[in-house]
Amino acid sequence: MASGATLRARPAPRRIGKQTVQFENPPAIIATGTVVGPLEGKGPLGHLFDHVTEDELVGQKSFERAEQMMLQNAAYTALNKAGLTPEDMDYMLSGDLLNQLITSSFSALAVGVPVFGLYGACATSAEGLGLGAMLLDGGFANYVMVATASHNRTAERQYRYPNEYGFQRKPHAQRTATAAGAAILARSGEGPRVTIATTGKVVDRGIKDPYNVGAAMAPAAASTILTHLQDTGRRPQDYDLIATGDLALYGHRLLVELGRTEGGIDLEPVLDDCGLMLYGQDQEVGAGASGSGCSAAVTFASILKDMRDGRYKRVLVAATGALHSPCSFQQGEYIPTICHAVSLEV
Amino acid sequence: MSTNQQVSPEQRRYQALAKKHTPKPPVLRHAVAAFIAGGLVSVVGQFLTNLYARLLHLTPDKAGNPAVATMILIGALLTGFGVYDRLARLAGAGLAVPVTGFANSIVAEALEFKREGLIYGVGGRMFTLAGAVIVYGVVTAFFVGLFKALVK
Repeated sequence: MASGATLRARPAPRRIGKQTVQFENPPAIIATGTVVGPLEGKGPLGHLFDHVTEDELVGQKSFERAEQMMLQNAAYTALNKAGLTPEDMDYMLSGDLLNQLITSSFSALAVGVPVFGLYGACATSAEGLGLGAMLLDGGFANYVMVATASHNRTAERQYRYPNEYGFQRKPHAQRTATAAGAAILARSGEGPRVTIATTGKVVDRGIKDPYNVGAAMAPAAASTILTHLQDTGRRPQDYDLIATGDLALYGHRLLVELGRTEGGIDLEPVLDDCGLMLYGQDQEVGAGASGSGCSAAVTFASILKDMRDGRYKRVLVAATGALHSPCSFQQGEYIPTICHAVSLEV
Repeated sequence: MSTNQQVSPEQRRYQALAKKHTPKPPVLRHAVAAFIAGGLVSVVGQFLTNLYARLLHLTPDKAGNPAVATMILIGALLTGFGVYDRLARLAGAGLAVPVTGFANSIVAEALEFKREGLIYGVGGRMFTLAGAVIVYGVVTAFFVGLFKALVK
C-alpha cells in the first residue's frame, strides 16, 4: 500500500486515464518502407507499397528466409527514404508471428540495430509505434525503427496445415498477408506524429475457433477503443478514421455492434479495417486479411500517405492481435486477444 | 478437444452474438460438390480397375490393388504440381475422403517439411495428418477382426 500511495502522490506526468499515455513531444513518423507479396500487390492498395515481390519465395531457399528478406528490405527502404543508416537507429522494435520471433531476430541480426522483440501477433504495428514513441518522448532515443512482417506460407504451416494440403476454407476464415512494414520514428522531423498511445488488456470472450479470429478480436478492439475514448475524452467523430488491425468482415460488424451495446456509441461512420482494405473483393481471401504485416503495411503505405496528403488529420490505428498458439487451441483453450491503439495526427 | 474452462455469462452472451454474425458454411453446395467430385474420383477408380482387369487378366478383386496404387500416384502428383489443394477447396470431402486425399495429406506434409531435412522433416512429419487415420484405422480393424473371430 505504501508504494501505491507514493505513486499517487507523484503521478506519472504523461499518463491520462486508465491505460493511456499522451506524449509531450509527439514523435514523428519520418519514413516508412513496405514490401508485400504478389497477391497483396494485385489488391486495391498494390500501387502504394514500395516493393511488390514477384513470388512468395523471393529467391530464397525457404519461406521463412523470404519473410526475413522482406522485413529487411522494408527496413532498408525506410532508412534510405529517411537518408539514415542503421547506425543512426537507437532501437529497433520488431515482431512477427513465427515461433520465438525468428523473423525479427534474423532481420535484426542483418540490420545490426539494438533490438527489442515484440509479440503482439497482428497488433504488433501499433504496439511498436506506442512503445517507440515512449522511448523517444522519454528521451531514451533519437531514432527508433518499428518493424513487423508476416508471410502467408510460413503462417499456414505453423498455425494451420501444410500449404499443399487440400481442405475447404470456412467462409469466415482470414488470409494471413504476405507483407512487411518498417517505420522510422524520430524526436523531430516531418511527418504524422504519434500523439497518444493506449495499451490493451488481454481479452477473452470465449471464442475457440482459430479460423474465427476476427470475432475473437472484436471485443479486444472494443475494449481498447472505448477505453481510449474514455481516457482522452474524445468522441469517435474526433477522428477522421479509426482503423482496426485486422478484424475482417465479420469481426468488423461485431465491433460496430459492441460499440453500440457496450459503449453506447456509433463507430461505424469513422470505422474501417486494415484487413478489409488490403485485398479486393474478387481475390477469394475469405473474410479479409490478417497477419502482423497487414496492419503495418496498410498503415505505413496507405493511411500515412493519406495523412501526408491532407485527407486525414487525425487517425486512430487500433491494431488487433490473436495471441493463441497451435498448442493452446489444440488443448481446448479460448483465444486470448489484444488491441493496441495509437493516435496519429498531422 | 476438451473444454477445460468455465464459461462466464459474458462469454456465453458474446458466443451467441458471434454465432449470429458468423456466416454458416454453404452446406448444400458443399455436399453437392463433394457428391460430384467424389463420384468422379470413383468413376476414374472404376475405369482403372476395369482397365487393369482386362490388360493384366486379373479378377476384379485383384485389379483393385494396382488401381488404388495408381490413384495414390495421381493424388501425389497433383499435390506436387500444386493443383490438388485448389481442387479440394472446391470439392471438399469429395477429394478428402477418397484415397487420393490420403495421398495428398502425406505428400503435402513431405513437401512442406523437406527443408527441415530428410530425417526430421520428411520422415518425421510425413504422417502428421495421416497418422491419425492410420492409428484409428488399425485400431478399428483390430476390433472388427476380433469381433468377427468371436462371432464365428
